[in-house]
Amino acid sequence: MDEIDRRIINALQAGFPISERPYLEAAQALGLSEQELLERLGKLLQEQTLSRFGPLYDAEAMGGALTLAAMQVPEERFEEVAEIVNGFQEVAHNYARRHTLNMWFVLATETPQQLRDALDEIERRTGLTVYDMPKITEYFVGLKLEA
Amino acid sequence: MPNLDETDLKIMRATQAGLPLTARPYHAVAEQLELSAVEVIERMRRLQEFSVIRRIGAVPNHYKLGYRFNGMTVWNVPEEKIDALGQKIGRLDFVSHCYHRPRHLPLWPYNLFAMVHGKSQEAVDRQIEQIAEILGDDNLGSEVLYSTRILKKTGFRSR
Repeated sequence: MDEIDRRIINALQAGFPISERPYLEAAQALGLSEQELLERLGKLLQEQTLSRFGPLYDAEAMGGALTLAAMQVPEERFEEVAEIVNGFQEVAHNYARRHTLNMWFVLATETPQQLRDALDEIERRTGLTVYDMPKITEYFVGLKLEA
Repeated sequence: MPNLDETDLKIMRATQAGLPLTARPYHAVAEQLELSAVEVIERMRRLQEFSVIRRIGAVPNHYKLGYRFNGMTVWNVPEEKIDALGQKIGRLDFVSHCYHRPRHLPLWPYNLFAMVHGKSQEAVDRQIEQIAEILGDDNLGSEVLYSTRILKKTGFRSR
């Protein structure tokens, strides 16, 4: 990652145009050619400096459902339970965290019913309690990271 | 909130993993969905206007940019004050997500969640101190949960 890559990442975390030639517009604002911007974005994605380039949707606004859930998994069952939980396509992220509640995962589904079904099924297949922590109020989402 | 139809959902599904890296990306999406480019562009502008699209651009990988200390800070604050406090914490420039979530007593007394990100443990410790200062006497208890391992991470609707 060089200085131009940093400028691209810092400038393009929001506000990418919806227009006929959006990369051209973004490139001009950065003093680059369209081709160079496309090539650099491709490389940043390939080396996973960027996890994605495109629109970030509000899943709930699209009628979908989203929640954060946690489980208290006995150490000796951790790998087995992780495999069960990860096997659900509804589970978008799953993190091990240092706490009594040691497994935290985000579920995203197209409908609220699918979310309830997935949580029930995870409880049934693991025999463990799932603590469901859906957001009650969102105060902020988003962050610009300095590259 | 606008009424979203099946065409909006198709556009969402076709673009949520990323925009094509070609000179006319919205035309490429339109072609794939057998729509006109004008329709894709107009619909996406409308989705953005109503915040169904939160933003469009680069989503960096925290770790690759050196933000290796990512803590989920959780706080027990009085329910009647949580909205005012949550808004203050959400305005801090190092907080990426800030939510009111339900308690699960007695195991889980925390109702305010704020994700913080730093390039060093010291940086994150200072951020946590700043949050504690803002909460003051309304901080009835807190913890910071650091991730020890990513067990699964898909691009799908990720934040």
